[in-house]
Amino acid sequence: MTCKRNHEIEGLLRESAPRALVAVARRFGDFADAEDAVQEAMIDAARQWPAQGLPENPTGWLIHVASRRMTDRIRSEAARRDREQAVAAEGPPVPPGAPAEADEADDTLLLMFMCCHPALTPASAIALTLRAVAGLTTGEIAAAFLVPEQTMAQRISRAKKTVKESGEPFAMPAAEERGERLRSVLRVIYLIFNEGYAVSAGAELARADLAAEAIRLGRIVHLAAPAEPEAGGLLALMLLTEARRPARADERGELIPLEEQDRSLWDQALIGEGRALLGGALARGAIGEYQLQAAIAAEHAKAPRPEQTNWREVLALYGLLEQVTGNPMVALNRAIAAAMVDGPDAGLALLDQLGDTLGEHHRLHATRAHLLEEQGDRRGAVAEYERAARLTKNIPERNYLTKRAARLNASSAEG
Amino acid sequence: MKFMLLQEYGGVPESVPPMTEWTPEEIDAHVTYQKDLNAELTERGEFVDARGLAAPELAKFVVWDESGSPVVTDGPFPESKELLAGFRLIDVESVERAVEIAAKGSAAPGPRGEPIKQRIEVREVMGPPITH
Repeated sequence: MTCKRNHEIEGLLRESAPRALVAVARRFGDFADAEDAVQEAMIDAARQWPAQGLPENPTGWLIHVASRRMTDRIRSEAARRDREQAVAAEGPPVPPGAPAEADEADDTLLLMFMCCHPALTPASAIALTLRAVAGLTTGEIAAAFLVPEQTMAQRISRAKKTVKESGEPFAMPAAEERGERLRSVLRVIYLIFNEGYAVSAGAELARADLAAEAIRLGRIVHLAAPAEPEAGGLLALMLLTEARRPARADERGELIPLEEQDRSLWDQALIGEGRALLGGALARGAIGEYQLQAAIAAEHAKAPRPEQTNWREVLALYGLLEQVTGNPMVALNRAIAAAMVDGPDAGLALLDQLGDTLGEHHRLHATRAHLLEEQGDRRGAVAEYERAARLTKNIPERNYLTKRAARLNASSAEG
Repeated sequence: MKFMLLQEYGGVPESVPPMTEWTPEEIDAHVTYQKDLNAELTERGEFVDARGLAAPELAKFVVWDESGSPVVTDGPFPESKELLAGFRLIDVESVERAVEIAAKGSAAPGPRGEPIKQRIEVREVMGPPITH
């Protein structure tokens, strides 16, 4: 009972906090301090609500308590100034009048824009977004990124300081800036999702939660900006990728590549939702990298068995994606798709064209190993798998690559 | 008492071949053994952290230089066998227990399921500095 109650309170708090934060930041014109005040109000709520019962209007309660804290803070700062400077105070700054009844979707976007401010590094923007928009505690964020809580608290506090020092008011950016700012927001959500989706030994649970948080944020942004095709595209991409989670690792947590996954384990409900979203986004006609990646994931989702994959379509989509992003990593996937359509030689030729653009990246070696294996060059494939295994920084991936090399070595020894 | 159990690249007898020359099943058995050991430490309330370090090729040595620009030496290094490969950080009741855990780590199976006899360096971690 109590546990269920606490769960309910936690959910309610996480939903109400971002709206309360926007209201308080608007009223006092200070995002950084308002964020602190709302965090403190949430702690009060978590202490008081279980005993005193839920308030009628939880968001209103948080706004009220956080505003009182803001006023106290302003008063005590004014008092300190008075003592120090011995000048007559004109009284505490009067907060501007009641906030205009703003659109709730705009509120959410505004909050995301502040948290994903262009002056912030990705790591800072991620931490701030998870706290201020997703409503996670500093401790939860620290655990997810495997750093001490104090380190994460500092990262968040410095991020808020950076936003404050940018001098940007807590208000919607000009219309012509919004597209660019939304791209930063989508990027941060995408990074949170990838962080959660990368299997990392010892921290799998915390990281799976990050993927769920990213999807939740993706839903919030898609709702707030329904006309933005890339917001729909990103949500579709995350859902279509998440659908494969039950099949992507074995019981020991070792990676299973796409072509060996048990596709009956894929979550058809997520796939259905992802495909519908993608259809809606594509219909708007402004193609972008998330829609293209989602379209590729949807092609894989469509094939009940790997050999039924429409590789021509996948190859064409990777070609478009490479044009849109100019990212050489995309070329690796295009090489694999080209090999599926025209044979391994075609894929290897594409890799050779890449030259040094990727440097010593493990995925370049893993891809080349895979294509050499297809071509029947075992010795060459083993050397490339070994190289890839030494260069990767992900333990399940290292185990997987090492085993590919070992399997080829074992079969050459037999043959 | 906190101990750091350290493994270096060269801490395995020469008779043990590189992992890519094991069978896939032998690799699985080794990985499962290491994970089970971490699970046991977690279950007993002794686990603090365990990490592998990226390959020596990615290592850099950095030395401050008077001119103001530090001297950075990139790998690979001839002495890479002495580089750290990974560590376990444990919090245990006694040095005996730390040695017992290190011995278990050293007994992780390799080819034909035989212990690879990885050399484990056991170092007690000093208390934190006094903070004001």
